[in-house]
Amino acid sequence: MSDHTVKAFDEDITRLRGLIAEMGGLSEVAIQGAMDALVKGDQELAQRVVDGDKKIDALETEVDKLAVRVIALRAPMADDLREVIAALKIAGVVERIGDYSKNIAKRVGQIDGRQHFEPLTLLPAMGELAGEMVHDVLTAYSARDPDLAREVIATDDKVDAFYNSIFRNLVSYMVENPATISSAAQLLFVARNLERIGDHATNVAEMVHYAATGVYPPDDEG
Amino acid sequence: METRNSIPWFGVMAALGTFGLLLIAGLDFALAIAVAILWIGTLFLATMRAPERLQVQQDKTLSRDNMSGLIEHAATPLLLTERNKIAEANRAARKMLGKHIIGQDVRVAFRQPEAIALLDKGRNGTAMVRGLVRRRDIWRMQVQGISDDLSVVELVSRTAEADISRAHTDFVANASHELRTPLASIIGYVETLDEAEGDIDQPTERKFLTTILREARRLQSLVSDLMSLSRVEAEKHDQPSEPIDLAVVVERAARDAAGSERASRLIFDLADKVSIAGDTQQMEQLVRNLVDNAFKYGAADAPVTVKIDRRADNYARLSVMDQGEGIAAEHIPHLTRRFYRTDPGRSRASGGTGLGLAIVKHIVERHRGRLDITSEVGSGTVISARFPILDDQSAGQPSTAS
Repeated sequence: MSDHTVKAFDEDITRLRGLIAEMGGLSEVAIQGAMDALVKGDQELAQRVVDGDKKIDALETEVDKLAVRVIALRAPMADDLREVIAALKIAGVVERIGDYSKNIAKRVGQIDGRQHFEPLTLLPAMGELAGEMVHDVLTAYSARDPDLAREVIATDDKVDAFYNSIFRNLVSYMVENPATISSAAQLLFVARNLERIGDHATNVAEMVHYAATGVYPPDDEG
Repeated sequence: METRNSIPWFGVMAALGTFGLLLIAGLDFALAIAVAILWIGTLFLATMRAPERLQVQQDKTLSRDNMSGLIEHAATPLLLTERNKIAEANRAARKMLGKHIIGQDVRVAFRQPEAIALLDKGRNGTAMVRGLVRRRDIWRMQVQGISDDLSVVELVSRTAEADISRAHTDFVANASHELRTPLASIIGYVETLDEAEGDIDQPTERKFLTTILREARRLQSLVSDLMSLSRVEAEKHDQPSEPIDLAVVVERAARDAAGSERASRLIFDLADKVSIAGDTQQMEQLVRNLVDNAFKYGAADAPVTVKIDRRADNYARLSVMDQGEGIAAEHIPHLTRRFYRTDPGRSRASGGTGLGLAIVKHIVERHRGRLDITSEVGSGTVISARFPILDDQSAGQPSTAS
């Protein structure tokens, strides 16, 4: 982006992007931590993820304040305005991603008999994919890279396919092993949360694409 | 500047003129000669000396320009931060993190909490940072302050070490079960033959021996697949740099995989002159695995199409299409897992090890590509891999390694 006459504006935008990147980094770690805690049954790690969410929330508030201040003081126009608005919206979505990770972490304690709980092996690959989407979309945001953003949008189909596959697997598992229904149902929520994380990453990708090119990405991926 | 070395005619004339004037003024002849010689002598001394450059030894201290020149060609990623912005990044760092980071907030390049904690602390230290470029990688980040505002950030990859230990545990857990099954049946049949001591009729014995041979062969291909898998995994982090012509490699490997009896069922649709950075051997293996799968799981007698096309976004896409019964959607996400089989009995019967696609996936990842599997039950499966095209003008792209 070309420099502005008002140097402070550049400073503010840079800081805004920095804050969002920091939020993103924390949310990535949260997803990873939540999935690790789930697979290993590590309550302590799960608690750390839950606590870590406060930091993400605090950063979101900071982004909000800064963005409002920039709009109020500098009255940005055209792509500057687009940048600030995008930052505001992306911060909200990243915060949601953090919430979903927290939600997964909270369920760690509610799954019993984990050593022999077969469905647990289905989830890490899906978590991996969702985490990758978040990682890529944040990189795309930092680099203002519309191609990578489109890539992320295309990945969402894979996450959805995972969700459907896991859903079916879990349901048939529940039918066969009624004793595990409450644990398996928790995993359904986990899968659901991961699927939502994927959707939110897609949302961010669309915003990144819009902020970079001024148009929303086309639907088809030839 | 040729005038510097030529004879200073004007000065000499002035000196001679003065000499004449002094004589006319009635000065002592010897004194006048001495003045003239001195004058002319100094003129020559002044002009014949090599020209001196005044500004030669000025700035001894490193300026920012010098500094960036100094780090530019280092192989390890190095960055220079000024307060909390990135002032300079050398070539390796730009390739790793993208060109956009210069002038940005440090957090844009290093959003990981460990990295931010280290940078916020302000002073020297190191931290292990996960997921700097790709999600699984691990880098050691070292920050060294060099003045009040400036710090140098150095990045060293630690991914390979961390990966190797993880791969080992995975390998043991997965492989031992798969190796045990054929071994158990080999041992079982051999024991039966041994204990019967000739009581078994000829045809049964034949049957037993065939089974033993088949299981041993399976074990053999399993071991060789496991070996190639671990080889590909070991090299996963050094991206190949050799340019290869994708079409040539693909065609050769596909024919090789088809063999003479199935070659007629192959259909090629190859864009020419697609150059990517790749490892020839691994690319061949990738194609062999895909084509072999397509023949194995496709309908008998139906053609298998191998296609390469260039995509607008600077990717080359290699697709292998079969016309088989397809794969149900719920299996697709798991296909690249080791030893995952949609139909265990059938896969074993056709000699599959359950590792083919896992190997393919690792090869694609090493080439910084992406693997996509689409399938429609009843009409067939398309497996495609995309690789960044190597352009003449932008070798080493794309900058966003994803």
